[in-house]
This record gives sequence, C-alpha cells and structure tokens, in this order.
Amino acid sequence: MPTSTQPHGALHVEPVMGTVFTLAIRDPGSWDDAFAEVTAWLHGVDRMFSTYRADSDISRIRAGELSAAAADPLVRSVLGRCAAYEDETDRYFTANLPGGLDPSGLVKGWAIERASQLLRELGSHNHAVNGGGDIQFAGEAAPGRPWRVGINDPYAKGRLLTSVTGRDFAIATSGSSERGAHIVNPHTGKAAAGLASVTVVGPSIERADVYATAAVAMGSASSTWLEGLADHDALVVHADGTAIPTSRFALHGGSAGASRG
Amino acid sequence: MRRVLLAIVTTVTGLVLLLSFKTSPAGTAGAGAAVVLPSTKTSTPPTPAASPSSTTAARAAAPASPALATKTVTGDAVDTRWGPVQVKITVTGGRITAAVAVVYPDSNGRDQEINAYAVPTLEQETVSANSAHIDMVSGATYTSDGYIASLQSALNKV
Repeated sequence: MPTSTQPHGALHVEPVMGTVFTLAIRDPGSWDDAFAEVTAWLHGVDRMFSTYRADSDISRIRAGELSAAAADPLVRSVLGRCAAYEDETDRYFTANLPGGLDPSGLVKGWAIERASQLLRELGSHNHAVNGGGDIQFAGEAAPGRPWRVGINDPYAKGRLLTSVTGRDFAIATSGSSERGAHIVNPHTGKAAAGLASVTVVGPSIERADVYATAAVAMGSASSTWLEGLADHDALVVHADGTAIPTSRFALHGGSAGASRG
Repeated sequence: MRRVLLAIVTTVTGLVLLLSFKTSPAGTAGAGAAVVLPSTKTSTPPTPAASPSSTTAARAAAPASPALATKTVTGDAVDTRWGPVQVKITVTGGRITAAVAVVYPDSNGRDQEINAYAVPTLEQETVSANSAHIDMVSGATYTSDGYIASLQSALNKV
C-alpha cells in the first residue's frame, strides 16, 4: 500500500484486520524497513485473531479444535486481558459474544498500541498509529507542535465536532456512526442503543478503546461511569445528537456542550 | 500516570482532509509547518487497476512552487469489508480543491451517504496558517478507511 516520504517523516497506509491502518512517522530518516516490520506483524496478528479466517487460533478455539490454554502465547495474553477488562467494566466489554468467543474488540486497540511500541523500539519517538479511527500518538506532530486530532460528527460524515491536541496520548471512538449498531449490550443481548458515539481520550489506546466500547454498550448511563475513570476524558454523543463531554473535557468558547452546530 | 494535556479548539466546521498530507499557503512550509502538495510527479503511478495490496512508493519531492494548474487524479480502488472504495481528487495550485468517491459500497442507504461525505472542499480559512490543523480524525468508521486509503494513493500519484 502507499508509502510516501514527507519532508519531515513518512507515511504508510495498510489495509489489515478488516480496516485500514495508517502509520505516520514524524521523525527524519527512512522508515521503509520499520513499515515493513510493523505491517508484517499486524498481518500476523490478523492471521492469529481473525474470526473471518477458519485457520486462525480464534476460529479454531470457536470450533472446538483448539483449547485456549494451548493457543499461541499472544492469544492467551489477549484473552487474559479481555477477562480483566470484563471484570473492570462489569462485562459491558466482553469477548464472549452471543456468536462465540470474539476478542476483536480488544485486538485492534492492543495491536495499535503494540505497533506504536514497535515503532519506538525501531527508533521513532514521534508518530501516530491509526487503526480505523482509533489512534495512538507518540511525541509530537512536529517539533514544538502537538498532535491535533479531529473527532468525527457521527451524524455528518466528514464534519468534525471538535478537536483534541496533545502529546503521547490515545483517542478511541466507538459507536454506530457508519454501519448501524454493531455493539451489543451483553446484559440484554440486544444492540446497544441511546448513544451515537463515544470518544475516549487517555494514555493507552487499548484501554481507551475498551472504555469507549463499554460506554456505548452501557448506553446513556455511561456518563457517570466515564466521569469516574482516572486519567481519561470522554465526549459522548447521544442518539438525539447532543454531545456531552465529561467535566474535564474542556471546551473552547465556554459552550456547555460540543453542539453539532 | 501523566494526564493527557487536552486543549480543545474551536469546532471545525469545514471538512478537513487528514493523513500526513497538509496544505498551507505557499511560503509557510518548513519544519513543523504545513506542507505544500508536491506539484511534480516524481514516480510512475500504479495503474488504477493495481491490487490494493501492491506497494506504491511515490516519493514526494521537496515542496516546489505550487503549480496553478488543475489536475485530477484517481486513487486505487481499496477493498473494505463492505466493498471497494475509490476516490478521485482535484488538485489546483498544489491544494486539494475537491474529492469524491467514484466507487463506493451502495448496498444500503447509509452507504449511499458516503458520497456526501466524500466531497470535501478545503476552505481557505481551514488551511490558513493560524487555523486548526488536523493531523488525523477519530471516528467509528469502516468504509471511511477505504476512502482514506484510496485518497492517500491518489495523493501519492499527484
């Protein structure tokens, strides 16, 4: 997929894991080898975790051909993390879906964060790893300039509700903005309703993504839960279009909410 | 754990194209500043029929003087789980002035809305030196990712 060299970095776009990953490096130098290594790793993750591949570890576990205990150590690690997040979120985040074991809700965020760590190990300290709109940022966009990320308006494609800037942070958005509801409330078995999207900002994309997914599953009641999360801020867009930030999600101009206006 | 520094800026009402491609008024390019779209073709672009998985290594030249000519470039068709997406962009004077999805999934009504999404016009104020510059966009998207990938491949051909 396209790789382009920019005057102060390089960019690579890779379709993988059912979505598109964008690796944006803002350190000088040649990053072709790093892109190759990271994308190869991502494709390996896809082969291991995809529920669309019959030969993946996850599909074999689902089919009863492989026990979780005998799966690849990475698979066991991910399933262990899923279990911990299930406990933490009162099972609003879960890998045990009605259709069977599916850790996809964790795998993407986990893979984004690991890819960012891999880039750091390969020498890049200023980069962004974007997996289908969930992003881990490292360092700065340019010397002295923090990263700035727009938050999509779930009701107006291509329009932004607001933007967030920072260094070394992550942002995840979950919701039903493009394909109808695709998050199930595990306590009812029904598609989550009430929220159009939830954006969570925090230090780790894995955790931010889990929180965003759990909040969508919780529905309107998630605001109180989000407010109590340490080190995380959120913007909740309700089904009626009202955008409600958590109290620390400061807004420019003193508006009470990030109204879609 | 260090708290993430948040600074919320004014709502951006114009559609902003993202990725590493940045537009700015000519003359502001430099370290940390926005980048003017290279106006010269520096590599042979892949054919539009190229496999989405093929590697294109379009090398961007150092920012040159923006050409004032208008050019239209079609990106690769990029497969998404919902179907292929292909974006066509119009570049004028080194800046994207229009982008439209010429191929997109249309199996349902929501898909058909993608075309409305895919008509981004960069407003002059959006790309002025002091306005919000967006590096990336966070959103719950699938098809949009194919849009972004096709867009990027189009940028690499300019």
